Amino acid sequence: MLKTEELTLNMGPVHPSTHGVYRCVLTLNGEYIQNAVNHIGYLHRGLEKLAESRTYNQFIPYTDRLDYCSGLANEMAYVLAVEKLMGIENEIPERAQYLRVICAELQRLASHGICVGSFALDIAGSTGFFYSFRDRDRALELINMIGGNRLTPNFMRIGGVAHDLDEYFLNELNQFCDDLPACFDEYEGLLAGNEILQTRSKGVSVVSKEMALDYGFTGPNARASGIDTDLRRDEPYGIYDRFDFKVPVLQNGDTYDRFVIRVMEMRESVKIIQQAIKDMPEGPVMAKVPKVIKPPVGEVYHRIENAKGHLGFHIVSDGSTKPYRTRIYSPTFVMLSAFPEMAKGTHIMDAVLILASIDIVLGEVDR
Amino acid sequence: MDKIVNREALVGELNQKFGQCAEIFEDNTNQSIKVKPDKIVEVMKELRDNPNYEFNLIMNLSAVEYPENFTVVYHLNSLTYLHKVTVKVELDKGNPQMPSISSVWKAADCMEREEYDLMGIVFTGHPNLKRILLADDFVGHPLRKDFKLQA
Repeated sequence: MLKTEELTLNMGPVHPSTHGVYRCVLTLNGEYIQNAVNHIGYLHRGLEKLAESRTYNQFIPYTDRLDYCSGLANEMAYVLAVEKLMGIENEIPERAQYLRVICAELQRLASHGICVGSFALDIAGSTGFFYSFRDRDRALELINMIGGNRLTPNFMRIGGVAHDLDEYFLNELNQFCDDLPACFDEYEGLLAGNEILQTRSKGVSVVSKEMALDYGFTGPNARASGIDTDLRRDEPYGIYDRFDFKVPVLQNGDTYDRFVIRVMEMRESVKIIQQAIKDMPEGPVMAKVPKVIKPPVGEVYHRIENAKGHLGFHIVSDGSTKPYRTRIYSPTFVMLSAFPEMAKGTHIMDAVLILASIDIVLGEVDR
Repeated sequence: MDKIVNREALVGELNQKFGQCAEIFEDNTNQSIKVKPDKIVEVMKELRDNPNYEFNLIMNLSAVEYPENFTVVYHLNSLTYLHKVTVKVELDKGNPQMPSISSVWKAADCMEREEYDLMGIVFTGHPNLKRILLADDFVGHPLRKDFKLQA
């Protein structure tokens, strides 16, 4: 009789496939996972506490550091929440609204680019990684033109955006959008159509619709499990009701669907950007807001469809220049709590892939 | 624009089913109801399962320390009707303790752990109420107002 025993394996905190400083303790039976325990908090910077000692405008750059793959969209969520609290959401100039949509969708392209690329890398296909990061780098260069930083642009302001974007930027963006569909065809051929990737990911770690709702799945992960939801369509914030785009929904809820849906969403983002560039009017980019932001006493909860799910801000104001309480609802923090159940019973090499398909960013998980 | 549920009907239905447990909470959002802490699990189950409301997604769970009490705030959303409601629970300042709703939504599990960690609210019946973001030997709850930043 062969002697067997359970093996406890530490994955992380510093490991390329954990996508940040995240530790997971796996209990293994042979190569199969019996139990997984999350350990997070290595990147906790206390942003919610910091917000209480910063003015409303001062907190905008901090939101870039939440999900550092989608800085512009985080800023948009925060400024929309503060504008709703102040009751000035209808005073934002048209051109600023269009610029915000362009920024948010460009950032979605960059963020999904990371997910697609690192998914390929986690399956040990480094070629796909470079195809995706080639295009993501162009998106980051455009973001660099917007705000002077590739990851933390600090471009949105309460009442509009920091400055207008010039013709040169829009031409480059147009060119980028024209080139992208051919790149997506490459991803679909090289990655999604790849037999090895399909065998590794199809039917692995199926998340049913009920389980997705139970665990609070939002964004692309929820849509991969057959939940037809998209805040841009269902509760349009900003001017999203003016654009024509499809919301892709897949039914299987396995690792493969969570990967493929991101490529499908990138196609829709390109369409939104092209429509926004075409329709964008001339005009001011900043509303007349007071220099010192003092929202009335009260509270607000606002969320947007971020690249990884719903990003929400619950802000309580006591009428002073600083928020009384800022709560950041981060989608990946909640979705990561489903990882132990998703990984249970799977092969250890699949656990890496399941983690990549949730698309976590530890800056947002730990805040 | 937010689509808000009919609060009068909702509160009436809850009070009829579970005894006086809910009331309308007046604030600037006009979408809040207040629920007694000991009835929260039944109320949340009802909100999730009642076919007229179907609040199937918990959008957010946060806690606020006011001078007079701790308030735990649940933001609920229905993907079927696209309406929302905010459920507030007021807790005693000296002993902030309430039942856990992690049996209703597993998503509440990690958020309750976070509020326990940072705000010091004890959720009874939680399967694994430990610190989640801070180290296990950390002393204090940073989001409380008496916790001063040192820099």
